[in-house]
Amino acid sequence: MSDNHNPLGFSPNEMMTIAASRALRNDDVCFVGIGAPSAACNVARLTHAPDITLIYESGTIGTAPDVLPLSIGDGELCETAVTTVAVPEMFRYWLQGGRISIGFLGAAQLDKFGNINTTVIGDYFHPKTRLPGGGGAPEIATSSKEIYITMAQTRRGMVEKIDFFTSFGHGEGGDHRKRLGIDTAGPTLLITDLAIWKPDPATKEFTVVSMHPGVTREQVQETCGWVVKFAEALDETPAPSELELTTLRDLQARTKAAHEGPWKAKAA
Amino acid sequence: MAKFLPLEQAVAENLNNGDSVAFEGFTHLIPTAAAHEAIRQGFGDLTLIRMTPDLIYDQMIGMGMAKKIVFSYIGNPGVGLLRRARDAIENGFPRSIEVEEHSHAGMANAYEAGAAGLPCAVFRGYRGAGLAAVNPNIKSVTCPFTGEVLAAVPSIRPDVTFIHAQKADRKGNVLVEGIIGIQKEAVLAAKRAVVTVEEVVDNFDDLHPNLTVLPRWTIAAISVVPGGSHPSYAHGYYARDNAAYLEWDEIAADRKKFQAWMQANVIEKSADDFAARVGHLRKAA
Repeated sequence: MSDNHNPLGFSPNEMMTIAASRALRNDDVCFVGIGAPSAACNVARLTHAPDITLIYESGTIGTAPDVLPLSIGDGELCETAVTTVAVPEMFRYWLQGGRISIGFLGAAQLDKFGNINTTVIGDYFHPKTRLPGGGGAPEIATSSKEIYITMAQTRRGMVEKIDFFTSFGHGEGGDHRKRLGIDTAGPTLLITDLAIWKPDPATKEFTVVSMHPGVTREQVQETCGWVVKFAEALDETPAPSELELTTLRDLQARTKAAHEGPWKAKAA
Repeated sequence: MAKFLPLEQAVAENLNNGDSVAFEGFTHLIPTAAAHEAIRQGFGDLTLIRMTPDLIYDQMIGMGMAKKIVFSYIGNPGVGLLRRARDAIENGFPRSIEVEEHSHAGMANAYEAGAAGLPCAVFRGYRGAGLAAVNPNIKSVTCPFTGEVLAAVPSIRPDVTFIHAQKADRKGNVLVEGIIGIQKEAVLAAKRAVVTVEEVVDNFDDLHPNLTVLPRWTIAAISVVPGGSHPSYAHGYYARDNAAYLEWDEIAADRKKFQAWMQANVIEKSADDFAARVGHLRKAA
């Protein structure tokens, strides 16, 4: 990125987190995935969406952590939550019950229809790499009203064909969700470190609708494993404001200090 | 009726070779001390059940104690992969291991069905998910009232469940607080339940009436093990040892390093060593 696009000196990852945070509304009830989604959701809460309800799958509803949790079950999530429920209640009453407006997921592998793999690289029964698996994602993907996805672009991550359907996006595209009896919208937004993508209304293929400041079409294509489609009217994502950037950096500095804590030397 | 026993005896009396066993805890209150005692006693051919197998199942799998694992997320929470479990699944080392994989919703519903005495759980799940194609225990039923096709999985009914909790009263009733995960369901679903606790108090007379208390007659044995869930945490007692989770990633990456660590930190230690491990984490809680 050239300096005239970037007087504040933000990184592509910071742009990604801030663009993702802007997509959340004050009245959203958001089921938060760990990692990049968690940072975006908390920046939203600390800037334009102070009343947003953040839910982590450990059962913490309406949580407001001062630092980003390392796991989905950190103590601070419970201490700052409106209420903490048991895990079966979380999945039955709150997720399956249709009370989640946005499920916010990350991905190890993603295809152009928003299908996600976090289970295996290679064959399921003889995996090259056994990844942690789906956790809550298979049902978050189908029971939340909408799904937002955020990940940094790489050719290994954004692929033509994923190795395993951990959580279902738009399947083969078109009305595939409807044909399987899934009545929620599925992936409606993908925010990467380079661009904002939305599914084509008919084919459901993710299409670039906005590129971050200074990013070129070539950069977007080089870091993506499928042939990228760009919207005719392509926007430029507004650069992070000073408030957004300061909020994110303060949050990450607090998080780093808290996680290193008294054991910094031991962990290094 | 709950008996107060030293952990060594509680594990010996309740766990057997070949059992299906759940050491439950959803990031919080993980029963590490009980798992380490099971490792010291050298049980084998276990079916390990847990929504979120983390370090303790990585350790048990690495020691060759498991013939099968039932899970929904097999990772080091917030850090990455479980390297001993990967070695078993990918390379059959130190032995091959059967895998039964679910989603969190699937496991949570299955435990709840087990606690409710039902043969199976019914829920809206696995739609379009690849797990339904690789796990024969994921089936479907049609709602007789609406015609909606729903997922069905067999209930989970472990031979024995181990959990860690904050406190017991002198009669043996147990209080669990904070992120309570699936522990109540896992206890009620099991034939036998063993609980390690941070402390014993005279009575629970001052508790709020709606707290999660497991009555003493739902528990086989209670062992007092302060610090018994390290490196996870006990809400109100000590904080999570995040550095230990990061450190585990390096230990488990190497077969020899793993064996040496297990020898020094598990085999040659006892339940009494846990209290000292959380000393520096108590102020932070």
